[in-house]
Amino acid sequence: MFPPAPNPPIAPTPAKFGEKDLIRKSASSITPASPRQTEVAKLIDVSKCIGCKACQAACLEWNNLHEEIGTFNGSYTNPPDLTPASLTLMRFTEWVNPETDTLEWLIRKDGCMHCEDPGCLKACPAPGAIVQYSNGIVDFVHENCIGCGYCIKGCPFNIPRISKVDNKAYKCTLCSDRIAVGQWPACAKACPTQAIVFGTKDEMKNWADGRIKDLKSRGYQNAGLYDPPGVGGTHVMYVLQHANTPQIYAGLPKDPTISPVVEIWKGVTKYVGFAVIGIAAAAGVLHHLVAGPNRVSEEDEENAEKLTGSDRT
Amino acid sequence: MTNSWTDIKNTDLVVIMGGNAAEAHPCGFKWVTEAKATRGAKLVVVDPRYTRSAAVADYYAPIRQGSDIAFLNGVINYCIQNDKVQWEYVKAFTNAAYLVKDGFGYQDGLFTGYDESKRDYNRTTWDYQIGPDGYAMVDETLQNPRCVWNLLKAHVALYTPDMVSRITGTPKDKFLKVCEMIGECASPTKTMTSMYALGWTQHSKGSQNIRTMAMLQLILGNIGVRGGGMNALRGHSNIQGLTDLGLMSNLIPGYLTLPTEREPDFPTYMASRGFKPLRPNQMSYWQNYKKFFVSFQKMMWGPAATAENNFAFEYLPKLDVPAYDVLRAFELMKQGKMNAYICQGFNPLQAFPNKAKLAEALGKLKLLVIMDPLETETARFWENHGIYNPAEPAKIQTEVIQLPTTCFAEDEGALVSSGRWLQWHWPAGSPPGEAKTDVWIMAQIHLRLKELYRKEGGAFPDALLNLQWNYKDPHEPSPEELAKEMNGYVVSDVVDPNDPTKKLLEAGKQVAGFGALRDDGSTACGCWIYSGCYTEAGNLMARRDNSDPGETGAYAKWAFSWPANRRIIYNRASADINGKPWDETRKLLWWDGARWTGYDVPDIAPTAKPQDVGPFIMNPEGVSRLFARGMMRDGPFPVHYEPFESPVANVIAPKVRGNPVARVFKDDFAQFAEVASPDFPYAATSYRLTEHFHYWTKNNHVNSVLQPEFFVEISEELAKEKGIAQGGWARVWSKRGSVFAKVYVTKRIRPMLVDGKTVHIVGIPIHWGFVGAARKGFPANQLTPFVGDANIETPEYKAFCVNIEPTTGPVA
Amino acid sequence: MNMELSRRQFLRTAGAGIAGTSLGAFGFGGVEEALADAIRPFRLTNTTEVRNTCTYCSVACGILIFSKGDLKKGEKAEITHIEGDVDHPTNRGTLCPKGAALLDIVHSKTRLQYPMMRKAGSDKFERVSWDVALDRVARVLKDDRDKNFIAKNNDGVTVNRWVTTGFLAASATTNEAAWCTYKVVRSAGMLVFDNQARV
Repeated sequence: MFPPAPNPPIAPTPAKFGEKDLIRKSASSITPASPRQTEVAKLIDVSKCIGCKACQAACLEWNNLHEEIGTFNGSYTNPPDLTPASLTLMRFTEWVNPETDTLEWLIRKDGCMHCEDPGCLKACPAPGAIVQYSNGIVDFVHENCIGCGYCIKGCPFNIPRISKVDNKAYKCTLCSDRIAVGQWPACAKACPTQAIVFGTKDEMKNWADGRIKDLKSRGYQNAGLYDPPGVGGTHVMYVLQHANTPQIYAGLPKDPTISPVVEIWKGVTKYVGFAVIGIAAAAGVLHHLVAGPNRVSEEDEENAEKLTGSDRT
Repeated sequence: MTNSWTDIKNTDLVVIMGGNAAEAHPCGFKWVTEAKATRGAKLVVVDPRYTRSAAVADYYAPIRQGSDIAFLNGVINYCIQNDKVQWEYVKAFTNAAYLVKDGFGYQDGLFTGYDESKRDYNRTTWDYQIGPDGYAMVDETLQNPRCVWNLLKAHVALYTPDMVSRITGTPKDKFLKVCEMIGECASPTKTMTSMYALGWTQHSKGSQNIRTMAMLQLILGNIGVRGGGMNALRGHSNIQGLTDLGLMSNLIPGYLTLPTEREPDFPTYMASRGFKPLRPNQMSYWQNYKKFFVSFQKMMWGPAATAENNFAFEYLPKLDVPAYDVLRAFELMKQGKMNAYICQGFNPLQAFPNKAKLAEALGKLKLLVIMDPLETETARFWENHGIYNPAEPAKIQTEVIQLPTTCFAEDEGALVSSGRWLQWHWPAGSPPGEAKTDVWIMAQIHLRLKELYRKEGGAFPDALLNLQWNYKDPHEPSPEELAKEMNGYVVSDVVDPNDPTKKLLEAGKQVAGFGALRDDGSTACGCWIYSGCYTEAGNLMARRDNSDPGETGAYAKWAFSWPANRRIIYNRASADINGKPWDETRKLLWWDGARWTGYDVPDIAPTAKPQDVGPFIMNPEGVSRLFARGMMRDGPFPVHYEPFESPVANVIAPKVRGNPVARVFKDDFAQFAEVASPDFPYAATSYRLTEHFHYWTKNNHVNSVLQPEFFVEISEELAKEKGIAQGGWARVWSKRGSVFAKVYVTKRIRPMLVDGKTVHIVGIPIHWGFVGAARKGFPANQLTPFVGDANIETPEYKAFCVNIEPTTGPVA
Repeated sequence: MNMELSRRQFLRTAGAGIAGTSLGAFGFGGVEEALADAIRPFRLTNTTEVRNTCTYCSVACGILIFSKGDLKKGEKAEITHIEGDVDHPTNRGTLCPKGAALLDIVHSKTRLQYPMMRKAGSDKFERVSWDVALDRVARVLKDDRDKNFIAKNNDGVTVNRWVTTGFLAASATTNEAAWCTYKVVRSAGMLVFDNQARV
């Protein structure tokens, strides 16, 4: 058993990190905190997950989120997608292993991966709406959010969601309020089987090694750690039984990278400056993102690639 | 559970069959994942559905619901045929060598003594041969053809892998793979644990399902050892406690039994409860029955229970039938023979089978009283909710009184976990509105009744008026006062017979344990098995020392475990006949030459010599029983019986319908589908989902988000055959009722080949109703049959027959 | 310029570098200084913590209940959060989806608050006082008991049983409540008595 954090404090406890520990801030240039705090990570071991949704319940409860009661849609995935209130979601896939012809029920806890190189933050045009702490946590500062939805386009994992109530983007904070006082995120604490554990990123990698050895001893030759280098690694990692094909886990990207669209955007802000876009553009973006599709189309990608001249295969 | 949740970490093989621990007990299942991760243990799941337990299993084998005995008898047969037997254990600690009476026999699904008109057996031949010394006769060489082992071997020989596959639908290769994995645990240094729940109990032969696995565990030497055991995963937070405390029609706390009317007086009552040892030196612990019984009577009736009046023996009601279980209660209600019914924290309209019958029965009551923290369907059975509850209030004359109670967060006391731990808890919040504790409400009912009897007199008021009720505040006894009563105390001084100046027990003191209880009225004890929980040392249930010497998983100083703070029962069996642990790396108790020592409280006397005294102290033989004698109504060995509603006839006994001794009320038989009925061709089963707890969490917003709406599960094959779309609507009906449900077309359920016939399975979760936060939906009990297990009357929810068709959905 | 810029248009425009105004136009003037602390204050600070056991299954997970107000001090206590107790040997702080949402059942909209009575043939519950409710229960029980109590069976054996009123005991009450219930039910001679062990 990975040693859990002690019970939560009720006496006032100073936060272990805060503003002084920022290393990135959206649409702003800051001097990154130095030295960095020890990087933290949440490890999700899909092979130990029983799909009980304790993580979802704990997340809703801790964060006082109000999700709508939906309907049954032919799957145990409820609600059917992430929402501004459901910051984490168990995604269930019935998968027949073509090699063994046996059924495997792949259950992946979806949610923010807290990328080391966060596409959301890079895409965000609102100064200070997305921040990254030196321990690796990527957090949204809702007061500064303009609801433009660029974070969604910037996210290689399609995680943030815009609230129809306040028109702001929401995603998992890694329970920064809990971590700040030495607690595990609510989901990790609740997880009955320790399919979710929390610690420093090094600890998590070591722990994952042990799990991968166990899985290999049980015949999962492709067991491995998902810590994708395309986004600089993540502060939420998975142990997968079939790490060679992450896509089978409800579309977990095989080699996620920040969309070239975002690179363009960064290029623009870097060389021309945010100012050049103008209010008209901003208004349009706002409108579009509230009303329009959130997915970057292939055409967008192509255009972006042409513009950057990059080859991102 | 014979063992505890934390002990599961010590196992090598977890068999989840007849349960779904990952979904119904996720935090207990943690210890399965721990055993896997740290010991390299394997997990096998045998279930009609590929469950969330199966999702993390090393091996999954499908089985048709209701055929577990055939499967397990097949495994026993495999173990015998392939010498996968822990011989030393079997010879020393089971009744394998005991000789059975000559008259006993088995043929075509029935044992000797069957009386079809009574649906019962004369069980006199189901016993040991008794020698001239008064003890049971044994043949330690196991050569005698009448010894239990040889009878068992012959009994299970029928269950070959081919036969098992034919009955259960489990492919032969999968069955054999499971046998192989289980067989490895016959080694003294490998253990298997059985984790089961209502998947085994909710059958007309539920008790025998469990018994079959218990027999297998004995053959493998896995009872009493760390990482082994028979682990019943209890469903509710204190159903273990309520059962221990005898809140059943025929029980007295601590598994003592009420007298029947065939036991007109105290001597006759005690005559059948003497439990003389059946082998030399055996403890036969029930020999102490009278001490526990008299101490109970003293606690109930204090000074009114005297030696002269046989300790108020006549204050106890006497049974005219085996039990007034819930099925009988609702049958009587339906017949108009009951007038008032009190439901305390219980929702029978959802929880018992055949909702239409239940609603009709409730409508014949004069008064229904509900004590509950939550709204229930039962409290509103008279209210019209369209198709979900088509009641006509004007026609229902039942008066209903609904009383609001506190919940766990607002009250204080102990709950008993599945692992028999009595854990104390404290109140944290103020009750809502005018909600009151159950203790307060019960006290009010009692005090008011007492007052009426004092004023008006009436039928036999003695037991009621003399009930010991000397609490500081009679209107609300405190949890401490009640706990102290259950533990027991000394009523009058007991002096040392050799030294009259020395008090062995001092009046007014709490007893230290049930060893101190006496049969002369000098001690009082509400529940002998709890004795030791609240002693002169204080409230041991509130202990919170989580140290665990040797990392055995025992946690001996955490709370209190009954009996006597024992964490693994039958723990003496963890060591061989000489007291040496079977597995040095997993030792629990050992004989140090003079006494037993180790990590747990031994269940035999600490100085009882290992060669003399057997580990199974509650049995007069001192050993466990592969042959149950007459203890089970449906046979000393388990037999495969089909469910009462079955898609196929019983392959091994085609003439036998269901369990031949299960009680069926006349009207209910008429509501069963015929065997292999073309009108109800599909094998249905009902179950919990991990997101919900029975009919409670539909009152919760969060849980209703996680699983919002009623659905049923069917295979892709059946969906195709019936033209039912993924997520579409279907109507499902049995001979008793009809429901509309969304459909989950899943790969996790597959058609099975049973006796050459394709059998489709329909899975029906149980959690929806017409009150609460979740979407209105149908409860599974609209469909289920009104019949229970032959021994304990657990309803047959797990195997029945239905039909299904696509539809456009309900019109509310 | 077309004010309704689509995403694609935005890209083309931005890519072509045609746009011009100032940062302030976004309405972000001074926003840097106003940056709120993203990290919420820890919400259990200064609450009261009480140890309890989960009310659902019999794994009997240890839980911590946090409240505003302290019952021990005679205050009203409003429960604000529930999570697993890490010190508990069995659950080690974890909880299942039911346990993790325990707060919801404590504060469920369908928690009962007051005694209610539904008269014969009525289509509604009506609020009554505890005294009215309890007196009525006692009266009906007494009358039924007096009328239907069986002191002796046909063979003249004293049986002292009452089988026209039944009691269905709970599954989540404490041992202490169960023992109290047992005493009250059995001393009345009631035999139609069962619990939730089987369902």
